[in-house]
Amino acid sequence: MKVVNHRTPSVDGLGIMKGRKAYTDDFAEKDSLIIKVLRSPHAFAKIKTIDDESAKALDGIEMILTYKDFKRNAFTRAGQGYPEPSPHDKFVLDEYVRYVGDEVLAVVGTSDDICQKAMDLIKVEYEVLEPVLDFEKALDHKVLVHPEDDIHEMFDIGFDPKRNKAASYHMEIGDVKKVLDSCKYTISETFYTQAQAHVMLEPHTVNARIDYQERLVLYSSTQTPFHIRRIISQALEIPLSKIRVIKPRVGGGFGGKQAIHGEMLVAYVTYITGKASKMVYTRKEVFESSYTRHPMKLEISLGADEKGMLKAIDAHVLSDTGAYGEHALTVYMVAGSKVLPLYNKVDAVRFYGDVVYTNHTPAGAYRGYGAIQGNFALESAVDILCKKMKMDPIKFRELNMMKEKETSPIFAIMGEGTEGTAMNMETCKLEECVSRGKELIHWDDIYPHIDDGDKIRSVGMAIAMQGSGIPLIDMGSASIKLNDDGFYNLMVGATEIGQGSDTVLSQIAAEVLKTSVDKVIIYSSDTDLTPFDVGAYASSTTFVSGNAVYRAADELKSMMLKEVARIFECDKDDIDFDGERFYYKDKKISLIDFSNEITYSEAQKQLQATSSYVGPKSPPPFMAGFVEVEFDKETAEMKVLNYVSVVDCGTTINPMLAKGQVDGAIVQGLGMAMFEDVKYSKNGKLISGDMLNYKIPTRLDIKKLTTEFVDSYEESGPFGAKSVGEIGIDTPPAAIANAVENAFGIRIKSLPITAEKILNKKWEIENEKK
Amino acid sequence: MKIKITINEKDKIFEVEPSEYLLDVLRRNNYTSVRRGCDNTSCGVCTVLLDDKPVPSCSLLALKANGHRITTVEGIQEEAHKIGLYFGNEGADQCGYCNPSMALTVYSLKLENPKANEQEIKEYLVGNLCRCTGYVAQHEAIKKYLGDQS
Repeated sequence: MKVVNHRTPSVDGLGIMKGRKAYTDDFAEKDSLIIKVLRSPHAFAKIKTIDDESAKALDGIEMILTYKDFKRNAFTRAGQGYPEPSPHDKFVLDEYVRYVGDEVLAVVGTSDDICQKAMDLIKVEYEVLEPVLDFEKALDHKVLVHPEDDIHEMFDIGFDPKRNKAASYHMEIGDVKKVLDSCKYTISETFYTQAQAHVMLEPHTVNARIDYQERLVLYSSTQTPFHIRRIISQALEIPLSKIRVIKPRVGGGFGGKQAIHGEMLVAYVTYITGKASKMVYTRKEVFESSYTRHPMKLEISLGADEKGMLKAIDAHVLSDTGAYGEHALTVYMVAGSKVLPLYNKVDAVRFYGDVVYTNHTPAGAYRGYGAIQGNFALESAVDILCKKMKMDPIKFRELNMMKEKETSPIFAIMGEGTEGTAMNMETCKLEECVSRGKELIHWDDIYPHIDDGDKIRSVGMAIAMQGSGIPLIDMGSASIKLNDDGFYNLMVGATEIGQGSDTVLSQIAAEVLKTSVDKVIIYSSDTDLTPFDVGAYASSTTFVSGNAVYRAADELKSMMLKEVARIFECDKDDIDFDGERFYYKDKKISLIDFSNEITYSEAQKQLQATSSYVGPKSPPPFMAGFVEVEFDKETAEMKVLNYVSVVDCGTTINPMLAKGQVDGAIVQGLGMAMFEDVKYSKNGKLISGDMLNYKIPTRLDIKKLTTEFVDSYEESGPFGAKSVGEIGIDTPPAAIANAVENAFGIRIKSLPITAEKILNKKWEIENEKK
Repeated sequence: MKIKITINEKDKIFEVEPSEYLLDVLRRNNYTSVRRGCDNTSCGVCTVLLDDKPVPSCSLLALKANGHRITTVEGIQEEAHKIGLYFGNEGADQCGYCNPSMALTVYSLKLENPKANEQEIKEYLVGNLCRCTGYVAQHEAIKKYLGDQS
């Protein structure tokens, strides 16, 4: 391969480095109306009265929007395919406010200052209600987060708002209780994972104008432009044909921009007034009023026989979706479906529980999407079980984990919100990932720890899997056309958000057409101009959209050969094409001459191919993560000295960018493992509402990342590729927890794992001994 | 009120409010490479050079820039192109939202301490956060860029 599997620089790196206009707010109209949202100071309240008369009278205030201005069309902000597996429990504006930061009303004016002045003048009287803040007490609480009757589910997801349930799920294979009872070794442990904030550096941003065809045109920093168009149309009753959504360059998403945020208000204001408008979230709004990772409580029981074979896994999981049920069921299910099959030799497995509403900032999609929560619990539990059995944790995994050509019944049972799809692991190089990782971290030299006097160094590890798109639901498509002078335009609905999809998809097209990346001009995500794609989520782009690009490019190549065959008067199968020239016997024509001829001769025609792809399965990438940590014995302060990731993601279309995906995800995962924590006051107000109080890793925190890929070729992927966007985030929490155990013999079962928690536990144990 | 700033070596007069921050004035006047990130000097994406030193423009009152030289990435295009090539070759580009501010800070480091060692590079750039890359590829790119300049 000449292009694929080569270190190609990003196609847009230079322009972006030089500060060219690229991001949503760079394209806002200069005279845009500014939209500011007055947000709830209460965790739960009903709006009694709104006095906005003096605010409305201010010079420069265009309008003030309250719930009375909107028809009650319940929708979900989740930004998923239709019908959504998330409950329709949100209104553009509502008379109830359900968390501190929820939308009370919107002020529209000519400047930030005017809007701020107006907001200061508005008097809102609330009936303050008792909030539900403890997710373990939410189920059947006397207070209902959603007392209204005009909300609904699109199909059965276990939605029961009268019990504060956004969704629920239950599955069991075999008889878990019976198998556990028969096991020689069993453990039961409870784990907690916290809410994590995305902290993409570009805040949620959207702007709109009406174009000269009287259509609504939105620029949006979104991962899902086609879903945004559909959801706006449904909720605001604007014909779909009147809406165009353009996704320019997105400054990071990580799942946080899968959902609808300011789009609804901006679309409404511009549609009603005919004037351009815009919204740029403040950082406080990003933290307080977008969404976070779902916090979970995971009760895990494991049972193994005397030989160390895992026989049963029981997982009772409770998830907190906050005030709205975005991704409630699907994140929940992924905590099982992309974790439990790692150990596929069990006789029985159960996964069940509820996703509850509380009066906190909603939870939603975030890289890992449940798998990181499930992985922390299961991979911690496995080490606990190994300790009880006095068995080496790596040997245990080698014995029990998924191997190539094997399968798990879970794939057929658990999908994302629906039933799943049965599949065999045509590629699963977990064994190599584990053995190579063990070597790279010098496991045998360090395990369990090395005592350096004041310091102690230990190692910990975990294995993980993810998916490659949602089978039979996710669709990606691509159009590619040949231009005169022999270069191509590639139009994709796939959503570049910084993960490198524009580069990777260009590489796939270039490889098929035997050309170089600079001859493939990519344009992504504009609902008028590019074919449909579900968007950037579920680790789908390289696999799903990449397959669509492969097909479209192949089809175009076939069209070109057909035309050359006409010119050469031969059969198209007899023509050789090397990317620059076509050959048949002694005849030859260059691509440039051919493309000029077909553009300007009598027989002129546009050659363009469009193709789409829906995955019949979702081949999982796998990885093993190993961490070496140094602890200060006295303070328990932790330093990650090295994080080794050995990944099976099939062919790396671009090894540099694939490594960037893993490195970036590892660091986000380390943040979640060690210090990132969305914290609320006892009244439900967000404490960690800015970047001083919510720390993300800095470059001083990162000593060494060792990221390698094993040889792997997934037949169903484009040039053998699987996905790589999410897998990297899954292992750090469990690997760190296992390293703490290996250093001190202390098990921390709640995230984040801080020095404070380790010390407290240490003292607790010491006091017990006394 | 009016302020005078030498921006990218051109003298400009801007009409500003006393309470306005430099970031807002710059973006309003089409210097869109200067970006809004955190609103409180935590992330670095709003970095500009004030008399060749990197400062966060989100918290600098526009008035304070009166009479000073301000450089945005538009003012160091050649250098940004060069730095961009190093980033590209290391796979250090992801969402890119922070990249122009990174170019300015790296350029300023080159002026101040061209022989910076690894720790000095990290410390100089610690205020330029990145949520995408995990920092390793960026670090390699910056190290090689600095190494090749001296």
